[in-house]
Amino acid sequence: MSQTAKTLFDKIWDAHVVRQSEGYPDVLYIDRHFIHEVTSPQAFDGLRKRGIKVFNTSRTTATADHNVPTKDQHLPIKEALSRHQVETLRKNCAEFGVNLYDLGHPFQGIVHIIGPELGLTLPGMTIVCGDSHTSTHGAFGNIAFGIGTSEVEQVLATQCVLQYKPKRMKIEINGKLGKGVLAKDIILYIISKISASGATGYFVEYAGDTIRNLSMEARMTICNMSIEMGARGGLIAPDETTFNYIKGRQFAPKGEQFDRLVEQWRHLKSDDGAEFDEVLKYDAADIAPMITYGTNPGMGIKVTDRIPTLNELKDISEHTSFSKSLEYMGLEPGAQLLGRKVDYVFIGSCTNARIEDLRLVAQMVKGKKKAPDVEVWVVPGSKQVEQQARQEGLDKIFEEAGFELRGPGCSACLGMNEDKIPAGKYCISTSNRNFEGRQGPKSRTFLASPLSAAAAAITGKVTDVRELV
Amino acid sequence: MSKEKFTTLKSTAVPLAIENIDTDQIIPARFLKATTREGFGENLFRDWRYDADGNPKADFVLNNTTYSGKILVAGKNFGCGSSREHAAWAIYDGGFRVVISSFFADIFKNNALNNALLPVQVSDTFLKKIFQFIEKNPSTIITVDLTKQQVVLEDGSSESFDINAYKKTCLMNGYDDIDYLISLRDDIKQFELTH
Ligand code: SF4
Repeated sequence: MSQTAKTLFDKIWDAHVVRQSEGYPDVLYIDRHFIHEVTSPQAFDGLRKRGIKVFNTSRTTATADHNVPTKDQHLPIKEALSRHQVETLRKNCAEFGVNLYDLGHPFQGIVHIIGPELGLTLPGMTIVCGDSHTSTHGAFGNIAFGIGTSEVEQVLATQCVLQYKPKRMKIEINGKLGKGVLAKDIILYIISKISASGATGYFVEYAGDTIRNLSMEARMTICNMSIEMGARGGLIAPDETTFNYIKGRQFAPKGEQFDRLVEQWRHLKSDDGAEFDEVLKYDAADIAPMITYGTNPGMGIKVTDRIPTLNELKDISEHTSFSKSLEYMGLEPGAQLLGRKVDYVFIGSCTNARIEDLRLVAQMVKGKKKAPDVEVWVVPGSKQVEQQARQEGLDKIFEEAGFELRGPGCSACLGMNEDKIPAGKYCISTSNRNFEGRQGPKSRTFLASPLSAAAAAITGKVTDVRELV
Repeated sequence: MSKEKFTTLKSTAVPLAIENIDTDQIIPARFLKATTREGFGENLFRDWRYDADGNPKADFVLNNTTYSGKILVAGKNFGCGSSREHAAWAIYDGGFRVVISSFFADIFKNNALNNALLPVQVSDTFLKKIFQFIEKNPSTIITVDLTKQQVVLEDGSSESFDINAYKKTCLMNGYDDIDYLISLRDDIKQFELTH
């Protein structure tokens, strides 16, 4: 059996199976467990009720991100329930001996930003978190996926989860990307092609020279949104780009140990002839700056295209959802998004709030001013990203442009903390979800790349970024 | 800790013929701040169910007394989006024991199964038929038989559904995954040493 060609996914999975028995799901060992305040309290409660400890605290890392305010982070959280949830995390981590990067800590940030940034996310690992965007970590060539709270409890109690092996899909993209086209556009393009459920039941490996040529941060943007097409996760085989990114990071292995690991990591790739259950291929030249018009991430178009009409929909059964969605967005079928007024610009979230994203935005807005009636929030993904941005003087550029640089957190990606988009307002957002009410009750979201968001901040309208770069 | 056991359910159903219902709709993020598992039912489908002032919206099916029951019937790709288990808790707490759809998102399916909520996947055609039955007669009884893995309508027509044998045993006996895993802690320790 060991002679047959294997996919990277299978290699990592098989190396983590503690027990496999007929009729049972696999018992999968987890190398790294990230937790945050929203999906962990009930899991800790479960441990308490059973009177058991965390199985391996050295493999567990916690941070507070979803509920945190992005202004005045040194003050107590104003909203009582949010404060309670963060305090509960604090209490639980202290009681169970889990390492917590709390509000104000130099390593605090969005859980999927700090893992890679601190060198906790490494190739070949299994990684879980009670959060669907755990798929982000797959950019380093590991199996990373989101789990529910019952499963968080399983991992805390046993360092394992029960899982059935998903099917494997390969998505290959080759060719050169056009001007103004970013990783975010690649993934929005793919999801628009295969729909918000097109990869359900699969784990995706992204391959092809377009992906190879991306930076680590761009690769994370792609893997991050795997879940938006239904996939459990997405991964990219590690290479020199990966190793260089990891080298020297806070908790990354050092010296000889690092060199030895790199030698092992080099074998982490799908064998020639390995079989995938599904293979999709796209041409990078066909990808343009993308934007979503509806209320699921599959409802995306090239920024210069029109919203489809009912007749143009592939699937008749989607007519009701489609109409409902456009009504929510206040948009007409067949209409053009280009030139539509936006009220808010949100540059943030675990999809696009890393230093490269902020640099791209700063580059574009340097010396320019935002449109007068647009509100622009730049929310770094972590304290370290914020520090770096300040060191590089990006804060000055933002300030001059009239953008507000805030403290790190999930912010307006989801309506859970103070940062909400008001009802009926349009927000062009670099986050990953445009669901009804996601950014606040009745808020309307256009998902796009950081460059497209920056362009809209300057013009006050949905803009084809290629006209500005 | 054992859960409620599930074998057969005969009930009327609540129809929600919308596709791609994401977990942000099932339970919006601002209601995820509780630190216990209870009480989420109150805010199930909150923004579809109530207006901004908290008044029930007459046109939403959960506010329509014509429909009731322990079965929620929904359009395809139910439960996509966020992994929040709160979605499964809210549906369960809202009084449902079964969700029928023609397609479920992965994480939601897992979360439901871990909480004694049975996700039943039927064909698009059969789903349509169920919606028609409910439309014609809101008090029509739908039988969900987990033992036989079958959904049966009042005219005797039925369709079988898939469920993994292990999960089926867990549901029928009220077992919990975590009990099984805890029984393997020594093996896991051993694995960890050589891993
Ligand atoms: S930034 Fe948004 S998507 Fe990412 S973890 Fe936070 S809430 Fe979830």
